[in-house]
Amino acid sequence: MSDLPTRPLPLVTPVRVICAILLVAPFVALLWVNSYARLTPAFIGIPFFYWYQLMWVVLSALMTGLAYVLFTREEKQRKAFRAQVSHAQVPGGEGE
Amino acid sequence: MKTDWVALTVFLFFFALVTAIGFVAARWRRAENAHHLDEWGLGGRSFGTVVSWFLLGGDLYTAYTFIAVPALVYAVGAAGFWAVPYTIIAWPLVFLFLPRLWSVARSKGYVTLADFARGRYGSKSVALAVAVTGIVATMPYIALQLVGIQAVLTTMHIGGSSGLGKDLPLLIAFAVLAAYTYSSGLRAPALIAFVKDTLIYIVIIVAIIYIPIRLGGYGHIFHDAATALAKTSPATGKPRGTMVSAPQAQVAYATLALGSAMALFMYPHSATGVMAAKDRLTVRRNLAIMPAYSLMLGLLLMLGFMAISAGVGKGVTGFDKNLAIPQLFQQMFPSWFAGVAFAAIGIGALVPAAIMSIAAANLFTRNIYKEFFKPDATAAQETKVAKLVSLVVKVGALGFVLGIDQSFSVNLQLLGGIWILQTFPAIVGGLFTRWFHRWGLLAGWAAGMAYGTYETYGLAAAGKPHSHFGDSKANIPWINHIGYIGITALALNVAVAVVLTLALRAIKSPEGTDETVPADYTADVDQTEHTPPVIAPVTT
Repeated sequence: MSDLPTRPLPLVTPVRVICAILLVAPFVALLWVNSYARLTPAFIGIPFFYWYQLMWVVLSALMTGLAYVLFTREEKQRKAFRAQVSHAQVPGGEGE
Repeated sequence: MKTDWVALTVFLFFFALVTAIGFVAARWRRAENAHHLDEWGLGGRSFGTVVSWFLLGGDLYTAYTFIAVPALVYAVGAAGFWAVPYTIIAWPLVFLFLPRLWSVARSKGYVTLADFARGRYGSKSVALAVAVTGIVATMPYIALQLVGIQAVLTTMHIGGSSGLGKDLPLLIAFAVLAAYTYSSGLRAPALIAFVKDTLIYIVIIVAIIYIPIRLGGYGHIFHDAATALAKTSPATGKPRGTMVSAPQAQVAYATLALGSAMALFMYPHSATGVMAAKDRLTVRRNLAIMPAYSLMLGLLLMLGFMAISAGVGKGVTGFDKNLAIPQLFQQMFPSWFAGVAFAAIGIGALVPAAIMSIAAANLFTRNIYKEFFKPDATAAQETKVAKLVSLVVKVGALGFVLGIDQSFSVNLQLLGGIWILQTFPAIVGGLFTRWFHRWGLLAGWAAGMAYGTYETYGLAAAGKPHSHFGDSKANIPWINHIGYIGITALALNVAVAVVLTLALRAIKSPEGTDETVPADYTADVDQTEHTPPVIAPVTT
């Protein structure tokens, strides 16, 4: 990814699609209760039903965190581009 | 049983500490214009990532959460565990819309969600619906914080056996809380939240390591729990609970999680926590790190099984399940650490109670008092009214707990969750589109409220035939599965709103003035500038 984008980024970018998947995955995994409603395999004595959901706490946190990092990085590019444009055009003028 | 003086001393030490912090908070980051409602009601909109994180955590994970959610696991097993998927999906969900909410609130100076509804739809009635729903849903929630403190006080055997003596400690705790909330506003709970969350984390981490060691490991705990849950309950004639969510209970499990996640940030106190953040990045960054609290909640639920295994309440007829966790702590921990744990729960009640009363006071002041009684109120008058209302709200909540059966506040809180969810289309819908017609939204809201209330009215609590508002799950029409009433009501709400919007648009009914522009939803504080804050549009 270059620091100086040459044209405005489209509304839907690969990064945004990845972010969407990262944010939607926990919904699918956890609202599909039947996929984890069982006792085995147990982990240190904790039935599957419980440790699996607890594992998703951590997974979901990592995924939301990653979405945040990706999203913020792209946002910076958008900002940089707009700053460039407004600098080149009227001072103080805003893109979009 | 006798009062445990060591535990009580530790408890009182922490209580005194947070009281001092609460009053000192008034001087923390004091602004020049202390009379503006933004100062008292939103802490000057100045909280950075760390403060916001503690504030939101302190706000959302309440004493009632610590007491009641594991108590449900203690009582019925797997069905109580839905709080975990709820808290997991809540964060990615709000990640989508809270930054927009923060931006529009900052750029238009909104203090409450109802302010937003007012500005977006140009509709006093939609704003009033949002404000009233927020206030009535918050009142029993505050009352439940008192139930949380009471559970701790009961376990410590504080207070006399009758009448006023019994309630005196609670009255004192609440008077102190009311006093510093009045003087310091949102800054008080923001600072106290540091103490609260630190204590909570310490207690939980110690509990999930220390208690299993004493009880013979997790394998042993779950074995005991499975045995206990399989036993037939004399009250219902069915097994007490299950270890995994049974097929016929899964829709309820999922809809409860989804509905509660959607409702979470419709609550006034949650919105207040978000609007107090200093910039957009703080909001987004916080949503990425909030799941640390979800982990804590998940671990906390394990305590429910530990309480079963430790034999808490075994053989006691009519055992109040809300005492399960405090009694587990008392039984397992040395006195001094039990005191720390009780302090964590007690302070865990004060922080949300303060924020909730501030949020309800903001709603009343901005969307009822200023809107309907005194449109020309100055900022200083608004602050004065809000401070007084915060007191009234707390007295009201106290009345709930002392005057009415405790289980009634629990039921009302369940109902409050269903109600607050009905503001979702107006708020979250409005953050993304102006397509909905204001009257369509209003009618949808009314339909959802009526349906939710009616359905819940017909539900008796377990073991109490002919009681009302005893549950929040019922059959979903057409799907024929038991599900969360809030979600069914929301579906009806949206359907009514869509149909009426189409109809009202067809007859070209006036849509009201939208005072916001698209750039408001992505605006951020320009960080290169300092005072006064400059709002610059940013596209996301």
